[in-house]
Amino acid sequence: MKISREDVEYVAALARLELTEQETQEYTEQLNSILDYAAMLERLDTSDVVPTAHAVPLHNVLREDQVRPSINHDKALRNAPDGEEGFFRVPKIV
Amino acid sequence: MVVANNYEMVCGLEVHVELQTKTKIFCGCTTEFGGEQNTHVCPVCLGMPGALPVLNREVVNYAIKAGLALNCEIAEFSKFDRKNYFYPDLSKNYQTSQFDLPICGKGGLEIEVEGEKKWIGITRAHMEEDAGKLVHSGETISTSNESSVDYNRAGVPLLEIVSEPDMRSIPEVLAYLEKLVQILEYTEVSDCRLEQGSVRFDVNVSLRPVGEIALGTRTETKNLNSFSSVRRCMEYEVARQARVLDAGDKVIQETRTWDEGRGVTLTLRSKEEAHDYRYFPEPDLTPLVIDREWVERIRKTLPELPGARRARLQELGLSAYDAGVITQAKALSDYFDAALIHYGDAKALANWVMGDLTRLLNSNQCQVADSPISPERLAELLVIIDKGTISGKIAKSVIEEMYSTSKDAQTIVKEKGLAQISDEGALLGIIDNVLAANPQSVEDYRAGKDRAIGFLVGQIMKATKGQANPGLVNQLLKEKLA
Repeated sequence: MKISREDVEYVAALARLELTEQETQEYTEQLNSILDYAAMLERLDTSDVVPTAHAVPLHNVLREDQVRPSINHDKALRNAPDGEEGFFRVPKIV
Repeated sequence: MVVANNYEMVCGLEVHVELQTKTKIFCGCTTEFGGEQNTHVCPVCLGMPGALPVLNREVVNYAIKAGLALNCEIAEFSKFDRKNYFYPDLSKNYQTSQFDLPICGKGGLEIEVEGEKKWIGITRAHMEEDAGKLVHSGETISTSNESSVDYNRAGVPLLEIVSEPDMRSIPEVLAYLEKLVQILEYTEVSDCRLEQGSVRFDVNVSLRPVGEIALGTRTETKNLNSFSSVRRCMEYEVARQARVLDAGDKVIQETRTWDEGRGVTLTLRSKEEAHDYRYFPEPDLTPLVIDREWVERIRKTLPELPGARRARLQELGLSAYDAGVITQAKALSDYFDAALIHYGDAKALANWVMGDLTRLLNSNQCQVADSPISPERLAELLVIIDKGTISGKIAKSVIEEMYSTSKDAQTIVKEKGLAQISDEGALLGIIDNVLAANPQSVEDYRAGKDRAIGFLVGQIMKATKGQANPGLVNQLLKEKLA
């Protein structure tokens, strides 16, 4: 599989990244070399292997439905760039 | 069904239901509605770096329960995925949801529209977290320079139930939604408070020429929160698409929003700029393995569902209509069943529950669960009517008194001296007086005018303030006049 310039531009747009002409070129090459490397895995016969959903062989890690204390909004907003009256404030969305 | 200008409507629905757990899906914050902004939050539901989610067992229990009630297959293996998008209603820039391995697979439910039964398929149902609430500084999101965010709702557990595009008319859509919400209410997986946004609807609609098999281009209108909004939105959207097609144009596949005030749908975003969600397995949560024993354990907790209740009430002699009214809401159906334990005549009970009791509750804006007349006391009233202690007519005023004073029927009858006069001796004395006072009527009756007896009965009832046993009065009067 070959990553095209358009693929890189599309992914960058989805991630809200603004790339220069040179960066687009550079990342296209880098992504291709990463995928080429990973393509080695395709040589393995995985016909009898079930798809992996999680890297750790655990399942059903659950908690009981018991209320635990929340934090107050002063604490919640401490790291927020902007806020008012207990609300987070965000810049123009669309 | 032909909706307009020889087009057929095709509709499928996505329904988001807030599950009735005490805590959020991945953290111990309360799910309580309301609360001061950003006070039901913690590092997990605020998406702070390093915070780890842990799945709430009760969410899985409720999802299985709802799935079973909706005839869905319950997956043996299920997992969570990240749905990536940039929107500040979730602070993590992704929603933890389920993509390719949802907890509930194919199912469905039966609806009835104008006497015709139809099966509406359910494609799947999956668990996910709810998003926070945005308050925009301007009139709409696009005219706002900034927005305020409250994450109290972020992380409240949702079950998203996706139907097949099986509905062909607005009445079918409404019947499906009513049945779905009714089942969710009966199984108590959700409080189903539509006015609080506990249940929200996304409507997918397309039109195609009658006879055409290929589906037309659809639009999705998101976040409707009442049946009437769904109906009005669909009426608008169907007419709009018909106009577009009639003009020879193409319907654009897009997400729309419903403007309740203006009664129109508006473009929210078109598919061309739609999000590519880049789902991938959630590495912070382990997969779920649901063994069959777990499913069976939940199956045992399923209550008698509305369809089964309705059938049972019909077997007890209620009409299909009456059984439908009684079982429409679980609270009324529970009330009816509680009264039925103490009074066996289901038909008579239904008449009182649907008649006087409902009227009193409605005029006092009282929920049946808070009725000042308990099911036992209503049953007791009906028992003393049957015994002949009071007449049905007197009972109508007794039930008013029961409602306003919260006293039981026996006490009211005793205090007000309302007991029916069934004593022959006492009645014969009154009858003699009435006959003596109305010789003309007596003569008319004897001359073959049967109507005259009605007048005489009326006079006797008047003389006894309605307390004479009407059956006995008729019998004694006929004997006297014979």
